[in-house]
Amino acid sequence: MQVLPTFKALKQNKVPRMNEKITEKLKILADAAKYDVSCSSSGGKRKNENKGLGNAEGMGICHSYTEDGRCVSLLKILLTNYCIFDCAYCVTRKSNDIKRAAFTVQEVVDLTINFYRRNYIEGLFLSSGIFSNADYTMERLVRIAKKLRQEEKFNGYIHLKTIPGASEELIKEAGLYADRLSVNIELPSEQSLVKLAPEKNYSEILLPMDNIKQQLIQTKEEQKLFKSAPAFAPAGQSTQLIVGASAENDQQILQLSSDLYKNYSLKRVYYSGYVPVSADNRLPIITEPPIIRENRIYQADWLMRFYGFDVKEILDEHNPHLDLDIDPKLSWALRNRHFFPVELNTADYEMILRVPGIGVKSAKKIVSARRFATLTYEHLKQMGVVMKRAKYFITCNHKSLQPYDFDSKRIRNKILFGDGALRSPLLTQQLDLFRQVG
Amino acid sequence: MYFYTYDGSFEGLLTVVFEAWERKAWPTTIEQEQIAQPGIFGETIAVVTDEVKAQRVWKGLEKKLSVTAQKQLYHTYLWEQPGFELTIFNYSKLAFESAESIEGNYTAPCVLQVQQAAKQVHREKHRMEAFVRFQKTTDGLYYAHIEPDFNVLPLILSHFTKRYADQRWAIYDIRRRYGAYYDLHTTQFITLDAAPRKGIGVLPESAVMEEEHSYKQLWQVYFDHVNIPERKNPKLHLRHIPKRYWKYLSEKQPRLLRA
Ligand code: SF4
Repeated sequence: MQVLPTFKALKQNKVPRMNEKITEKLKILADAAKYDVSCSSSGGKRKNENKGLGNAEGMGICHSYTEDGRCVSLLKILLTNYCIFDCAYCVTRKSNDIKRAAFTVQEVVDLTINFYRRNYIEGLFLSSGIFSNADYTMERLVRIAKKLRQEEKFNGYIHLKTIPGASEELIKEAGLYADRLSVNIELPSEQSLVKLAPEKNYSEILLPMDNIKQQLIQTKEEQKLFKSAPAFAPAGQSTQLIVGASAENDQQILQLSSDLYKNYSLKRVYYSGYVPVSADNRLPIITEPPIIRENRIYQADWLMRFYGFDVKEILDEHNPHLDLDIDPKLSWALRNRHFFPVELNTADYEMILRVPGIGVKSAKKIVSARRFATLTYEHLKQMGVVMKRAKYFITCNHKSLQPYDFDSKRIRNKILFGDGALRSPLLTQQLDLFRQVG
Repeated sequence: MYFYTYDGSFEGLLTVVFEAWERKAWPTTIEQEQIAQPGIFGETIAVVTDEVKAQRVWKGLEKKLSVTAQKQLYHTYLWEQPGFELTIFNYSKLAFESAESIEGNYTAPCVLQVQQAAKQVHREKHRMEAFVRFQKTTDGLYYAHIEPDFNVLPLILSHFTKRYADQRWAIYDIRRRYGAYYDLHTTQFITLDAAPRKGIGVLPESAVMEEEHSYKQLWQVYFDHVNIPERKNPKLHLRHIPKRYWKYLSEKQPRLLRA
């Protein structure tokens, strides 16, 4: 325990005074930024070609995890939490009585570089309250990114959030330095926006999104012609929707996401279960964030992006809410028993993917291994295919593990409560949260 | 029954494959010479590492295997778990004997084992790339030590070399007693005379920069404030960072500053 004396000595006299100011700012501005759930550093293409600092190619890295189990990949802060707007759901809103602070450009640059050099982070995720006006704020965000790239030769990941109402030129410039840009929609419908964020409107949000999309397309074209054409936000754009601060149902939310993926070629839509940060009377009264609902929405989002599901298969007018007790793939399978059982030795890959409990990895292994031999349950077990849910929906070499043909309700109960003791499905799910989210 | 021993190197293991093939004497066990128990029944064959023979085996494997599978086989070597030598041997044998590619044949135990070992190694590699925490020493070197479950140091070098092209750094594996050092030009393996003591996650006070404490403290502050208490989920937290990794993480050390 040689650490201890060091630790003590430090507390008494070694902590430099200048540091206290930064520490205070960091507390306030990290606190204010944490409700933006995106922390991904993936999809970057920036290589270290200038012998500078950092590299943002390839997969993102989570350097740590918060106690709520979320990935810590980026230094996620606001430049300032002074704001001229008064969005009901936001801690930073003008009318909220909280401590305010603002970093200088240099302070953000120093923190980013020094955290990065110690391998604490993949880069910076910078956002801000609107100080003075949109362009004034956006200009500073851009200046930080520019300084990092040009003066510090920084090749790590930079994600900039665009400030609502910022000019097209500034957003264009931001894309030159940032790996990813995001425009947060936050509220899933125009009505909610009017009610909860009166200073904002949908067209003003969608316009920059569309600009970014056009710019991304144009850059791709240019890069086909000239390899050296300047990059523009190579990791694309993303957005965030708040779940549970307004009245939209799951179908409306997922329909919006589906449109965003299709029409704006977004890389990701993030969902943030509303954390009651505000006693504003425009908001519903909730005591806990809707974590399970948020998780189900993420699972449905995955089904759309990686499993070939259309949003209409997941939810429709008759079923506008995701089942909180079971995942949306199982839910779909129970409503569509006529597709099952699936024979794993012959079924298409796409159909195997639709079997509850079988993920992309298992499906790929199955399709690969069956070229060599007729698969048996023993093979599946060795390959690590989990049978708990799958067994009700498959045959393997025309054998089923189920002696009876259960109806959907029985299957649902058996999966939820097991064959033996009664367990709380919600509790189990709580533990499984975000297994797939990243 | 044939008991093979070798010197523990990858080349040595490939030489074993060569020798066994020459003699058509298939191994019952393959073990490192220092730890091998002499068998009573059967023959012990002490293989001497031979670069040329090892090369021939590897060249042969290159013809049979995709680059991914070659990597997986090497990762199985770095995996170091009991029986890995025999797995590598069986895999190589199957590859040489099959007319078609054996990759993806998860119905063969050795193929599945190699795939699983490689997966574990890959995961540990990824974790080390994430959890290494450098401390800046008084002479400007960024230093970290690790004690990974598998021998992943050789696999993480290129990641750090690309990333920290403009800073001198060293990473030392205190379990396996060797490290890597980047001097702004190349990265080389090193051993230290006075190896750092196990179990102490930080350098002595005198060896680190003053600013080191500031940034460590700021990082801890950041870590505490990015958390959303209403969403606390300790089980999930632990699944992502099992306790055995905490020793690396400055955010998991005693707080330098009270909240
Ligand atoms: S503009 Fe942004 S920071 Fe300001 S109150 Fe609205 S959401 Fe919060």
